[in-house]
Amino acid sequence: MTRVFETRRSVILAGAAAGTALAMPALIRPAQAAGLAPTPTMRGGANNYRPGAPLVERIGGGGFTLSGTVRRAGDGAALPGVRIQMWAHTTEGHERDERSHGATLTDENGVFTMDMPQIVPAFGQPHGHLAYDADFDDNGYKTVFLRPIMDSARDTSLTTHFVLEPA
Amino acid sequence: MAAARAIAIWTALAAAITVPLGLAALSPLLAWREAIYILAGFAGIAGLALLLLQPLLAAGLLPGVPMRPGRRLHGWIGAALVAAVVLHVGGLWITSPPDVVDALLFRSPTPFSDWGVIAMWAVFAAALLAALRRRLRLSPLTWRLGHTALAAAIVIGTVVHALLIEVTMEMISKVVLCALVIAALIKAVVDLRTGRLITRRRA
Repeated sequence: MTRVFETRRSVILAGAAAGTALAMPALIRPAQAAGLAPTPTMRGGANNYRPGAPLVERIGGGGFTLSGTVRRAGDGAALPGVRIQMWAHTTEGHERDERSHGATLTDENGVFTMDMPQIVPAFGQPHGHLAYDADFDDNGYKTVFLRPIMDSARDTSLTTHFVLEPA
Repeated sequence: MAAARAIAIWTALAAAITVPLGLAALSPLLAWREAIYILAGFAGIAGLALLLLQPLLAAGLLPGVPMRPGRRLHGWIGAALVAAVVLHVGGLWITSPPDVVDALLFRSPTPFSDWGVIAMWAVFAAALLAALRRRLRLSPLTWRLGHTALAAAIVIGTVVHALLIEVTMEMISKVVLCALVIAALIKAVVDLRTGRLITRRRA
């Protein structure tokens, strides 16, 4: 497994940059996003990953929303039809349990949303795992694993963003 | 007066140890954790609680426990601490091997893991030093300074580790226990140094 070590600050900056670019009026966006950097894999992001989890409507009984966007590095174009897999320690199972894993595709705006059981803190932090795995997607980008942390264990949603780099 | 003081100290000590364990046992999170993960978590809390006893015993600060039997008990509790650390790390390993491998290799996303691993090695080193003290023919000064330095690393590493972790322990009882562990260490170190100065003056 390849892991690129990243500081939290750069991840937050990347997230903030992604958020800012999204909020920009359409006219300004291309110029602003010209140098959009790819999202690096986070430390521990690939832990308890099960390659190739099936595409599902929801994971388990749902109730918690894990969502975000997928865009292309450089021009920031939204990427539709990209396969994103997610898993976490939830009220219904441990991270490595098969039933805790599922995948979904981004819509025409590059947005993905997964309804899944409530994430509960594990290993000291309430966190989720997301993967863009080049081995299970035909769009041809480099594999990225994310491990976003919830602001509070009581949150019922978590948002995170991918900026993918062509392989 | 002395009896009242002894009762107060023992009551406070019992509360400082049992209240955090009891409150952690009431955590709603336990419902969503496997037995081995719960065991690993409680072994960690027990290890933190044992750290409160160790300096008090080493310095003979507990009413009714004189220095010599106190030191012997300190050795047994040290062994129990090693066992607690092994249960803690072993249980977490079974729960999620990649997360523990990351921690042991200092590449975990969570900073508290690094502090915990430093404390773990300091516990092993302190115990090893105690076990080999005679065979290595350590001078009393070397032994005292070495074991105390490791004890300080254990306390600092464990306290930072515990404070940075979310929700395994109830927050207030955790902070109080951590503060008491640090206070006990400082008190013991200060008292023992004073003791050595006195014996030196006599010699």
